[in-house]
Amino acid sequence: MQWETVIGLEIHAQLATRSKIFSGASTAYGAEPNTQACLVSLGMPGVLPVLNREVVRMAIMFGTAIDAELGRRNVFARKNYFYPDLPKGYQISQFELPIVGPGQVEISVDGESKTIGVTRAHLEEDAGKSLHEDFRGMTGIDLNRAGTPLLEIVSEPDMRSAKEAVAYARKIHQIVRYLGICDGNMQEGSFRCDANVSVKLKEHTEFGTRAELKNINSFRFLERAINFEVERQIDLIESGGKVVQETRLYDADKDETRSMRSKEEANDYRYFPDPDLLPVEISDAMIDDVKSALPEMPDMRRDRFESDFELSQQDAESLTASREMADYFETANAIAGDAKLTANWIMGELSAAMNREGRDIVTSPVTAELLGGMVRRIADKTISGKLAKDVFEAMWNGEGSADAIIEAKGLKQITDTGAIEAIVDEVLASNPQQVENYRNAPDDKKGKMIGFFVGQVMKMSKGKANPQQVNQLLREKL
Amino acid sequence: MSFDQSDVEKIAHLARLAVPAGEARALGGDLSRILDLVAQMEQVDTSTVEPMAHPLQMTQRLREDRVTEENQRELYQSVAPATEKGLYLVPRVIE
Amino acid sequence: MMHEKSVTELAAGLRSGEFSSVELVEHYLERIERLDGELNSFITVTAEQAIEQARAADARIAAGDAGPVTGIPIAHKDIYCTNGVKTSCGSRMLDNFTAPYDANVVSRLRDAGAVMLGKTNMDEFAMGSTSESSFYGPVKNPWNTGRVPGGSSGGSAVAVAARLCAAATGTDTGGSIRQPASHCGITGLKPTYGRVSRYGMIAYASSLDQGGPMAQTAEDVAFLLQAMAGFDERDSTSSDTPVPDYSATLEDSIEGLKIGLPGEYFDAGLDEGVRKSVEEAVELYKSLGAEIREISLPNTGLAVASYYVVAPAECSSNLSRYDGVRFGHRCDDPVDLEDLYKRSRSEGFGAEVKRRIMIGTYVLSAGYYDAFYLKAQKIRQLISDDFRKAFEQVDVIMGPASPTTAVALGEMADDPVSMYLSDVYTVMTNMAGLPGISIPVAPVEGMPVGLQITGNYFDEARLLNIAHRFQQNSDWHRLMPEGV
Repeated sequence: MQWETVIGLEIHAQLATRSKIFSGASTAYGAEPNTQACLVSLGMPGVLPVLNREVVRMAIMFGTAIDAELGRRNVFARKNYFYPDLPKGYQISQFELPIVGPGQVEISVDGESKTIGVTRAHLEEDAGKSLHEDFRGMTGIDLNRAGTPLLEIVSEPDMRSAKEAVAYARKIHQIVRYLGICDGNMQEGSFRCDANVSVKLKEHTEFGTRAELKNINSFRFLERAINFEVERQIDLIESGGKVVQETRLYDADKDETRSMRSKEEANDYRYFPDPDLLPVEISDAMIDDVKSALPEMPDMRRDRFESDFELSQQDAESLTASREMADYFETANAIAGDAKLTANWIMGELSAAMNREGRDIVTSPVTAELLGGMVRRIADKTISGKLAKDVFEAMWNGEGSADAIIEAKGLKQITDTGAIEAIVDEVLASNPQQVENYRNAPDDKKGKMIGFFVGQVMKMSKGKANPQQVNQLLREKL
Repeated sequence: MSFDQSDVEKIAHLARLAVPAGEARALGGDLSRILDLVAQMEQVDTSTVEPMAHPLQMTQRLREDRVTEENQRELYQSVAPATEKGLYLVPRVIE
Repeated sequence: MMHEKSVTELAAGLRSGEFSSVELVEHYLERIERLDGELNSFITVTAEQAIEQARAADARIAAGDAGPVTGIPIAHKDIYCTNGVKTSCGSRMLDNFTAPYDANVVSRLRDAGAVMLGKTNMDEFAMGSTSESSFYGPVKNPWNTGRVPGGSSGGSAVAVAARLCAAATGTDTGGSIRQPASHCGITGLKPTYGRVSRYGMIAYASSLDQGGPMAQTAEDVAFLLQAMAGFDERDSTSSDTPVPDYSATLEDSIEGLKIGLPGEYFDAGLDEGVRKSVEEAVELYKSLGAEIREISLPNTGLAVASYYVVAPAECSSNLSRYDGVRFGHRCDDPVDLEDLYKRSRSEGFGAEVKRRIMIGTYVLSAGYYDAFYLKAQKIRQLISDDFRKAFEQVDVIMGPASPTTAVALGEMADDPVSMYLSDVYTVMTNMAGLPGISIPVAPVEGMPVGLQITGNYFDEARLLNIAHRFQQNSDWHRLMPEGV
């Protein structure tokens, strides 16, 4: 039997505002419990929500970026249920009329590109957190996060493998980060993925019963959780069982999904329009404002890198993975004047150093300006590629710009033919036996034997002699 | 319209209200009579009428994204029934 | 006696130095002490703070920095949050709740110099028409202590009627200012939805709730409304329509005023005595030059039915925050989360509140939303359209505020449906969001009767003008219950 997997994702992106969606409390991460829980966050009797302008602007940005229809008149509704981290007994969300309607994004898996539909994206408030340390058998509730703005992005069930799901999640992650509307930090929960997974026989058109996977906090776990769940469902069906519609938690330690015990009842959320809030109208002016300030999106930037800088598709893709990376490349390249060389240094030496030291493109001690300055000196042959590695190392250790380091360490490449010739002559004079051997050797061995002389010359010049010139002179003189 | 014991139980659970077995019948009776009153709405055909959620034809006003609230945890928790280390305490939540 | 004076007269007395605000406050505090044991109109009396505020008011008056309500002793319905003062909403649920902030109405009136004497009794969470459902016991009508004062702002109405304060605040979700004003022989105004901020006013039904003033006269009500009304950035549903000077137009002529009398308000359910009083009042308006027109509000018969879907639906959600976690009543030793919720809520809420939460939960639940909630929203639109058409023909609409005078205590306690039906003339205004005022007209068998005047959106100034002209030509608002 041939099984097919059907996946849809619900992504919650925390919007990077200063204050909460309906109040002036701070959204900063990591504060002492309940110190950012204002009257509105606590759902005190008598308080009322007032909508944050920035939240609306960010949602419009996202809608525009995925080419979606905007809900020009969108409405907040109450989703009613009791839970200790939900202070009012209802979550303010959007139901029938969301702010972002149907749109789509392009993903690429193993070189194949595919369009994934985005059903909708709506605004809502986040809940607080339950802390399960033991307070004599009690749970502690921290409402600092309650009221943090979320954009819930719901995809169509368009993905057919865990890899596609990850590619889609990465694409949405990339978009919200490019737009600067979400910091994308999955560990802190700023970007959360829930996956609806079902399986069906390939020849069937009707979808199977789906399970909703929660508690996934990395792309790697997203792939694993889906793969586990697919196996589980197939095994279940093949052994005569039936998949039940339920919420399952992913346990990364055990690499498995398990049913949530506390969901004992089917929920009846009793949605209705929130009478404390009025319909949100999006004006043409707001849309024009957003459009004029919209940054270049990753796919466009990738295409431009390919055509303007003659980079391979793969290089362009890597260099536009994040907005910061792409900005880094463009800044460095503007100074270096050699796109291919700049790209190689970023993806080679710089990436290796960052991986080794646990830094990223923003926290790298070698800034785009520093790297660009160094690559320029390689391009204009001031230093050799080999010595550049020493220069890079020095820059990483905070010893200043490439020019300053070259100067201080005297690393400037020797390109003066006279100077190189003098060294070559000295090497030949002090190694008469090797010269003799070389001259007597058959031609097919000579290529290898010349390496000895090159090495001696480079050693004597402390690596600064231009290797091409050394080679040429040696061949002439031998 | 009649509101039987199981309706009372189901709705009471959704609303997180405890209804002692002895009171469910009387409450069901009250609710049934209220629903009979409400059923008068069926007299009018509203198929072409737009629902009205708000008395005024206004749209949502937007506030600037500024932090205006300070930490008032001590004051706000002074009215809380159970707190510890700045947290509100509830019976253990099982996930 | 000082307590017989209106706000206008008291303000003049304060300014002329006839008495100080401290003396005035002490006088009212003494009356509350002496008379309120029986009437039960206050839940909390804030004597010390009142004296302090009165001193500050006297200083303002002396400095020539006084407005029309500076130094005037008022009371707030216990639905308004008052910083540092118990705010119970008439419920056991909030019996232990000291609000950590002030409602917008409270801070506005304080800024204007009004002195708060205390917090008045009310139907629990404003759900009721008799002020009997309070955790603090029923409020009694000073005209006959065997009768109810109406509700839900019964405490405020009684405190004003018995002259235990010069004026008071109330809230009106389905008639809760106008109906008790009518039953207690005072003047009460429910402003246009959005005119007065709801911030800090504990929510019952958010799309219907509106705060307003209650006092002896329309002139007094105008002064209070002036201080209470206006845009509030903390309430998304508050209107930025400019607030006019309400006292500037009080004396305007009403010659040529077009008054509409809806046939539906004078049908079989109306008590004959009340009908006669209302008709007499209309006659007085005729004599002042008003034109009377018969009009129709055809969907009046559906108002109560649709109101008792919309209001409970919103209430069921608004009251979910009372869960025993962050404030309010919490049951002893909950064994688990369900137990915490269910016992805290069942112990904290009274019978009528529970009924409305149940109805509201039901009408919003899966499978019933369209048949109940959506249908009610559509009827709300029809009711609103009825008024819109009526205001194309007339300037204001008049009728009774309530089909009868105040009923006996306990008469409706076990019959929610007949209590709901008694709201028939008032709920329509809330459904449409329109302003309405109730003013005292000729009593029936010693019990007060109110004339309800409904105006177009933001037409409070006209309502006050019309009410004031009536009061210049009648003395019903001057009547005081015996024994106070």
